Amino acid sequence: MITNLLRIIKFGLQRFWRNGSVSTATIAIMFLALIVFCGINLFNVLAKTALFSVQERIDISVFFKKTTPEDEILKIQADLKKLPEVKSIEYITADRALEIFKERYKTDELIAQAIEQTGENPLLPSINIKAYDPKQYQVIASFLEGEEFKNAIEKISYDERNAKMIDRLIKIIDTTKLFGLSLTTFLTLIAVLITFAAIGLAIHSSRDEIVIIKLVGGTNFFTAGPYIIEGIIYGLIAAILATFIIWPMVYFASPYLKNFVPEMNLEQYFVSHFFIILLQNILFGVAVGVISSIIAVRRYLRI
Amino acid sequence: MIAFQNVTKTYRLNHKGATTVALDDVSFKINPKEFVSFVGKSGAGKSTIIKLLIGEEKPDKGRIIFGSYDVNKLKSKELPSLRRHIGVVFQDFKLLPNKTAYENVAFALEVAGRPEKEIKDFVPKILELVGLKEKMTNFPRELSGGEQQRVAIARALIHNPDVLVADEPTGNLDPITGQEIIRLLLTINDLGTTVILATHNKDIINNLERRVILLENGKIIRDEEKGRYILT
Repeated sequence: MITNLLRIIKFGLQRFWRNGSVSTATIAIMFLALIVFCGINLFNVLAKTALFSVQERIDISVFFKKTTPEDEILKIQADLKKLPEVKSIEYITADRALEIFKERYKTDELIAQAIEQTGENPLLPSINIKAYDPKQYQVIASFLEGEEFKNAIEKISYDERNAKMIDRLIKIIDTTKLFGLSLTTFLTLIAVLITFAAIGLAIHSSRDEIVIIKLVGGTNFFTAGPYIIEGIIYGLIAAILATFIIWPMVYFASPYLKNFVPEMNLEQYFVSHFFIILLQNILFGVAVGVISSIIAVRRYLRI
Repeated sequence: MIAFQNVTKTYRLNHKGATTVALDDVSFKINPKEFVSFVGKSGAGKSTIIKLLIGEEKPDKGRIIFGSYDVNKLKSKELPSLRRHIGVVFQDFKLLPNKTAYENVAFALEVAGRPEKEIKDFVPKILELVGLKEKMTNFPRELSGGEQQRVAIARALIHNPDVLVADEPTGNLDPITGQEIIRLLLTINDLGTTVILATHNKDIINNLERRVILLENGKIIRDEEKGRYILT
């Protein structure tokens, strides 16, 4: 068994080396397919970061009346925490709100003077709420609009306009996710089909050899084995090449992409995830190479 | 012993269901160590007999026996074992183009899982027997037609098969090289291997003075010891 396996590996390597032009052409096609596959993955990372960044900017702020005691605010905060839709809550006291305000407008003398002249803090205590899913803000807003909070709450910053904007953002996010998924599926399928066609052609050109191997007493395992090894080598080399070629492309594109998604440093992401990306590409390349080889060679094994 | 019992084989010509009869109720026996030639025009059924014998095709009717094998009842995974008992030589040599002469012959042993030492011992000897020891490292494209056919014979013999089947082995060769190949087949037969030769070359058959089975339109017309190829 081990002897047979070693021989299959030897024949696979031999075939790969001696069919230089076919091997080069097949690797070139797989390389292009892998560039598409890797590109899709990076696009998805970029899209996810952009969506996450948009989602992070959506929140609800609840402003309490000046007269509302802190105990009551903390009780409302505790009630909100119990809601499964709520991801995080930040309580900002009136004093802390003033500090933030002063810090933000410290260079604007006019505003600083106006604050000094009022003599007291004009800002209200508030709670800032973030939900897990933008669709859940409506639920949180409805909860806060309940009768029991009416006396404590001055204003909820989730008005009709906000609601419409959030609704639009949700639609954009959902469409982007659907588009990304469709594009990923479509382009991956194209990459798989192109690779399958390339390997199919390479094996088709060797159909006479497959018949000969069968006629001299080769088992299906022994006959198909070298072609599967060849598929593995194609996938491996194409994946390594694609990953290393994409690296400089990411390096040059990264500053431009940062203009669109400031939170995303694609080059840093690529470097820190290099081995995962390489492994992903190898797995994709080898899997497609092996499956294509098995399907293509099976057609000629029926002798 | 090889036996064909009332074997019929038809081929479909097109999708409309038109068929052609390649073998029509054919029966014969071949004893061990015999040298038998199947002769006839193209399409008479010679190659079909070989394809049926090595399990490349299945008959519509009848039974094919090879030693202990009931050939047409063999499953796909049992065919490699049968084929290692039969060495086959084809008109177009059927060598692996990306393997050297040595590798082409060694390959037949490697697929059978034979040990490396045995392969290294046997292959040069068998290549010497067919007169190609000096060209072991040549690829098929670097060999003449006759040399390629010798490699194919060496590959067919490497298993020490019970039967050597040669399907038009001289078809792509000049008359002198063709005669050399036939002499080689006779030597192999003298050493104890059953040889089945399929050909339409009248001169070769008439010089052999061995058993001849004449086929015409898929039927056996004549079966003679020390026969001749008489055109009908």
